[in-house]
Amino acid sequence: MLVLLPTGILIGRIFAFQNFRGRTLAMTCIALPLVLPPTVLGFYLLSAFSKQSIPGHWFHSLFGQSLAFSFEGLVFASVIFNLPFAILPMQRAFESIATDIREAAWCCGLSHLRTFWQIELPLAWPGIVAALILVFAHTLGEFGVVLIIGGNIPGETRTAAIAIYDYMQVLNDDAAGRLSALLLVFAFTSIILINLLNRRFYHNEHKSIA
Amino acid sequence: MNTNPLPDYLQVDLKQDRPIPLNVQFSCKQHELIVLVGPSGSGKTTLLRSIAGLYQTQRNFIQCNGETWSDHRIHINLPTQKRKIGLVFQHYALFPHLNVMGNIELACNHIAVQERKNHVMKMLQLVNLVGLQDRYPLQLSGGQQQRVALARALAREPDILLLDEPFSAVDQVTRRKLRRELASIRQKLNIPIILVTHDLDEARMLADRMCILHNGSVLQTGIPDTVLSRPVSAEVARLVDLNNLFTGEVIRHDIAKQLTYLRWNNTNMECVINESFKPECKVDWVIPPDSIILHRKDRPSQGERENPVQGIIQQAVQMGETTAIVMSINGDQNSLAFNIPTHVARRNELLEGKLITVSLLANAIHLMPRHQAY
Repeated sequence: MLVLLPTGILIGRIFAFQNFRGRTLAMTCIALPLVLPPTVLGFYLLSAFSKQSIPGHWFHSLFGQSLAFSFEGLVFASVIFNLPFAILPMQRAFESIATDIREAAWCCGLSHLRTFWQIELPLAWPGIVAALILVFAHTLGEFGVVLIIGGNIPGETRTAAIAIYDYMQVLNDDAAGRLSALLLVFAFTSIILINLLNRRFYHNEHKSIA
Repeated sequence: MNTNPLPDYLQVDLKQDRPIPLNVQFSCKQHELIVLVGPSGSGKTTLLRSIAGLYQTQRNFIQCNGETWSDHRIHINLPTQKRKIGLVFQHYALFPHLNVMGNIELACNHIAVQERKNHVMKMLQLVNLVGLQDRYPLQLSGGQQQRVALARALAREPDILLLDEPFSAVDQVTRRKLRRELASIRQKLNIPIILVTHDLDEARMLADRMCILHNGSVLQTGIPDTVLSRPVSAEVARLVDLNNLFTGEVIRHDIAKQLTYLRWNNTNMECVINESFKPECKVDWVIPPDSIILHRKDRPSQGERENPVQGIIQQAVQMGETTAIVMSINGDQNSLAFNIPTHVARRNELLEGKLITVSLLANAIHLMPRHQAY
């Protein structure tokens, strides 16, 4: 979350306002985890994390440990996997700010940085919050990538979704049921929250056009 | 480009070939209100954006109040923030999350924090909006939003005020009111105003000088009366909606009578002498609709002896107090359009198909060099 917030805002804003060479390619790469099976992504990440590969070796020599089957590795994989869920709504939020609003800010003498803080961020805020809720909920439900990268180590890399799988494997239906119900309620709440935020956001936008 | 030091307050010289061709030189004085008129796509908004630094042409030179804002030869191109401009956008572009006070305060960076509220109130007074400072843009009418945008543009105490079709998004009644307000606010300002519009009435009403833009070039600059009755070419005549546009041939000049004789429609017409056209030379000519005088049956009008032309009423459309008449001469070859008061039209029974005679006033007939393209 903490990593995704600034990354998402930064990349989302770049995609929204800048038109650069390779923009489509970059957007495709970011969106890949949306359609790629988590196992495929997990496989590639695991290969990259291994000590034989260049990035894995580099990380190992820096921190003295491997990324694979560790909490850090899990966070990294999760960031990659969740990027599209964070960036796409944020990009849309920035895109919905009319060009002339930003230009008006410049004409008022606001620097680009102040325009970002005082105009863009407040206007894109509902979209950004919606993205964060989506990402948070999505992280809780993660299964494939986590299982491959994290390796299901209790207390360290075991997530709620994997715990349910484990409980079911050992026929502990009560525990699996409790945890499932909890996740269901959580998913429900977060989607309602997103919808409320979106409605407020688009409602405002609609009024401002009229 | 500008070797002699002109006393002009603003000088603009912009050229580019792509993506839209632009070739514009113009300047204005400190108190002038210049109206840029042109059809959509003529480059008028691009010109305004270039002055604001929101757009950069390939070759550019912009100087305002002695400060160079852009000059491609010495690679100067000040960002918008560094140019002291006030810009009112067509759709105002108010910040929806800030109230009126907040919107205007953002443009007061140059003023000490404790002075800002005072300054904002001064601006609100100027645009007659005191009392609305706590409202949000969505809670304001179109006219009020426009005033906030104007107050915000002026709050920065700019060196020049740029208005991009500022009255196009409000209804007719509000538009008239806002125009009058602008004309009065103007008296209190010490800066030039550049207003972009496609509305000729607006130009006529507000402009000290108007610039006719077409395909990225200035075709004519001058005081509105001149541009609107003495266009330099048939192209300008069309752009300023002068529809009585014809082609004729100069026959001779009569210096004693101060007349030029023009052959048109198998008759010889008298015009005010204009010796810049040689005899036998083909010219375009135009006559403003208010210089076409109907021969009434009840009483003779002034100037009836000048250039009488007979024709058949093709169309008579009543538009409130005036009636628009289109009369055809020589079948459908030529037609003259003019307006007369509706009560006169009634009294003279001006109905479609009727034969009438009008006079074309000699001093209003304006000759122009024949355009190559037509």
